[in-house]
Amino acid sequence: MPPSLVNLTIDGRKVAVRKGTTILEAARQVGSHVPHYCYHPGLSSPAMCRLCLVEVEGASKPMPSCVTTVQEGQVVRVNSEEAVGHREGVLEFYLVNHPLDCPICDMSGECDLQDYVHYGGRERGRSQEPKRVFGRDDFGGDVLFYGDRCVMCTRCVRFMSEVEGDERLTVVERGDRAVIDTFFEEGLEGTNWHGNIVDICPVGALLSKDFLHKARAWDLEHSPSVCTSCSQGCNVELHVRDNLVQRIKPRENLAVNGWWMCDHGRHNYEWMNRGGRLQEPYARVRSSSTGNGSSANGSSGNGSSPNGAGRSSWSATLSRVRDALIAARGGAGTLAVASPFLSNEDLAALVRLVDALGGGRVVYRSRRAPDENVLKGFPQLARRRDLAPNTTGLGLMGAKRVGDDDGAGGLDRVAGHDGVVIVVGDALHDQMDDFAASASAFIYAGSHAPPSARSAHALLPVTTFAEQEGSFTNLDGRVQRFSPALIPPGSARPPWFVLGALAASMDGGEMARSTAEAFAALSASSPAFAGLDFEALLEGGAMAKTEPARGEGR
Amino acid sequence: MAYPYVSERETRVISRGFGDPMQRVLDIYVQRGGYGALRKALGLSPGEVIEEVKRSGLRGRGGAGFPTGLKWSFMPKESRREHYLLCNADESEPGTFKDRELMRWDPHQLIEGCLIAAHAIRSSHVYIYCRGEFFEANQILARALEDAYAGGFAGDDIMGSGRSIDVTVVQGAGAYICGEETGLMSSLEGKRGLPRVKPPFPAAVGAFGAPSTINNVETLAAVPHIVSNGGDWYRQWGTERSPGTKLFCVSGHVNRPGNYELPLGFPLQELIDDVCGGIPGGKALKAVIPGGSSVPLIDAADTRACALDYEGCLEVGTMLGCASVIVMDESADVVKQVRRMAEFYAHESCGQCTPCREGAAWTVRILRRIEAGRGTMEDIDTLMEITQGMVGTTICVLSDSVAAPVQSSIEKFRDEYLSLIRPEHRVGAA
Repeated sequence: MPPSLVNLTIDGRKVAVRKGTTILEAARQVGSHVPHYCYHPGLSSPAMCRLCLVEVEGASKPMPSCVTTVQEGQVVRVNSEEAVGHREGVLEFYLVNHPLDCPICDMSGECDLQDYVHYGGRERGRSQEPKRVFGRDDFGGDVLFYGDRCVMCTRCVRFMSEVEGDERLTVVERGDRAVIDTFFEEGLEGTNWHGNIVDICPVGALLSKDFLHKARAWDLEHSPSVCTSCSQGCNVELHVRDNLVQRIKPRENLAVNGWWMCDHGRHNYEWMNRGGRLQEPYARVRSSSTGNGSSANGSSGNGSSPNGAGRSSWSATLSRVRDALIAARGGAGTLAVASPFLSNEDLAALVRLVDALGGGRVVYRSRRAPDENVLKGFPQLARRRDLAPNTTGLGLMGAKRVGDDDGAGGLDRVAGHDGVVIVVGDALHDQMDDFAASASAFIYAGSHAPPSARSAHALLPVTTFAEQEGSFTNLDGRVQRFSPALIPPGSARPPWFVLGALAASMDGGEMARSTAEAFAALSASSPAFAGLDFEALLEGGAMAKTEPARGEGR
Repeated sequence: MAYPYVSERETRVISRGFGDPMQRVLDIYVQRGGYGALRKALGLSPGEVIEEVKRSGLRGRGGAGFPTGLKWSFMPKESRREHYLLCNADESEPGTFKDRELMRWDPHQLIEGCLIAAHAIRSSHVYIYCRGEFFEANQILARALEDAYAGGFAGDDIMGSGRSIDVTVVQGAGAYICGEETGLMSSLEGKRGLPRVKPPFPAAVGAFGAPSTINNVETLAAVPHIVSNGGDWYRQWGTERSPGTKLFCVSGHVNRPGNYELPLGFPLQELIDDVCGGIPGGKALKAVIPGGSSVPLIDAADTRACALDYEGCLEVGTMLGCASVIVMDESADVVKQVRRMAEFYAHESCGQCTPCREGAAWTVRILRRIEAGRGTMEDIDTLMEITQGMVGTTICVLSDSVAAPVQSSIEKFRDEYLSLIRPEHRVGAA
């Protein structure tokens, strides 16, 4: 056995853990949860909540497991009568002044106080006197403070001082008058990471104004995902009710974002819920047949309306699109506009389609912030300059960035192109109505149909990342998977599926029928992704082979 | 000279200067042999000084009674890394008034003790953390320190020895908890006076993250005498395990309250009857708190059996603490006194640990209810149970200080509680 391991016994189970591990962490490693409030793996441990007290053989007093490091031969009891008794006693102290307003508390259902008291508290409290009342306070930014519910764990104070590096919160007064407060009227407004204090508050003392009374915790479906608001690729969960994203919470990944995420990403979710979606595939017939679109003529009344569009099934539409593309290929070549919000699989399918059309150019545009916003106490995490999740993936697959830092312009060549134009992922927000009007074939795949898609020969409804499975490549080249959180509208399908079907029908190859197959095709065709296992990407992600140019990604 | 009260049974070692304003004057202090111990100590190696103090058996006078020489020996044996001697002069235990007098009457004795201790632990900086409310003591200390610097007894190259030790007097910000050693360090660093988890102990990570030793004023005041006269000399007083003399602060129902320096092991009953002249009006004794308000109180029978040293107090179920003897005669209302003590601790709790923050305030509310005649028998059981949950479950021992008077008073004076509970509420007596 390596000398750095320490052997101890926790609740009768023999454990070997690394030297310097705390009892709480050692217990966690053997699946024994020690209740705690003030301890958080990303913060210092003041050992003040006194809930994690455990019985250590030979110690005269119960020991705080969050700061007591393991010793060789130590015998620890987390669930002995003594330890359980201490916990019950401490929990009763917590309830002396807690308002027990769970029915109207947003935290209800995911509250550590609620859980611990249900699990190990007394049946009845013995406190008879009126409870202390602090009332509510607006801490500024997105945070409301319900002082009466506070358990005084000071995680929020320590987050602001140790991680955010901006001491906006403190404890004022002492004894049972102690309360969290801001300095004078200076609240959290203007800080960029304060949403995290709502996450780490073990009770309902710090609440998000954005989420206030919006949903009960038990009604929310949690889907592991990746934040799309910049190229950092923070691991997140999308919390969904009624097929609407209600909030975003960070998910632990020590290599990317620790336990944190920025407020910019946290509150950028309403676009996922936007209505007015493209629901069915359309094949459009031009009133004045120039020959280019002739083979796209559908069954729905050729020439019956000047701008007539044919609603039809996916198979019928795709076969007409294929015919149109076959008729239009060659010549001036293919220009494709991709979106940096597309997954790696979507992009691979697009590249394959462009290749099947005889090759061409893939461009994308992305918004860029003037600077990075680094989290001081966890500097590998920042809100990056690139405000999109997959610019690195685009770069690895040969797409070129065009346009300015507002994600606008740069498409003049595409707009006037007279060969094939493919636009995927709603990338035309600033373009004119006559965009690609002279294209030999113009295929638009997106979630909404903007005026600039008026000239498109086909409108293909595709899903957003929130409605599909897939992977993004963050600025460090880490490939991370996300899961579907929402049910897509109508007949919308993932871009990799739609484009992959088109490409397969043209190059005669296999068509991917699942995201895993799409990823397998990607790792077979692109050396950067070679050897990566799609199944393993959900937890932590994996590094792409080719080191991307970091400067470009930021 | 009649410093408030003196007794012929006293052994005045560290309290020699009490009542004599001339003792504060540097020249007089030196004339009387002052700073001789420092000169002697500087001629010895730090290890030799520690050995001498170990031989004396001196134990910490702040309340815990930890052997002083042993504490010093935990410090790093090299002086390159910064480390500190801290003098705890935040005397804030209710009933205690000895450190204030030591600073007011004999500031140089304390400064000399600090310098010797700093030499022994190889520290070059002493902080005297003096309670903010002790305005006079702060001023006197500051003036004496100025004189000591001017006289070459502190600062650079002390008395030509080549040893340099700086002393800083820090005025405390005013909280009971700043007298707790780690709370004092937090306060010294300019933070909220919050106690810290041990380990790490101060000798490893103390003030400003550096190894630190923290000693009470009275402990350090005894050091010059031990160095001058030798450890064995100090052992002529006291008991085998509690050697030396100790200042007893007597308050409450006695005819002559005050500070009395007596050998450890002195009988408590004699302290009350002989030294302090008995109880006014010939009333009977009801209760005594022998070590400041944070130790269990004892009744008259225990008082007769109690010898005032660390072991003797344990034998009767209490502690010597900082030897602040609070005497209550038969007219005292025990429940009221205990409620007031609990209120003090609830007010002074730093608010970190849940059992103390919530438990102390809850205890007060129950005691108030009992005192107002609205208590029940269950309340007494609840008090015992919740205070038991406050013992040994917190970072520092303030929480235990709430439990001690409550539990001991319920054990010894249960009838007083019962008399406050209305007959109709006595149903269900445990």
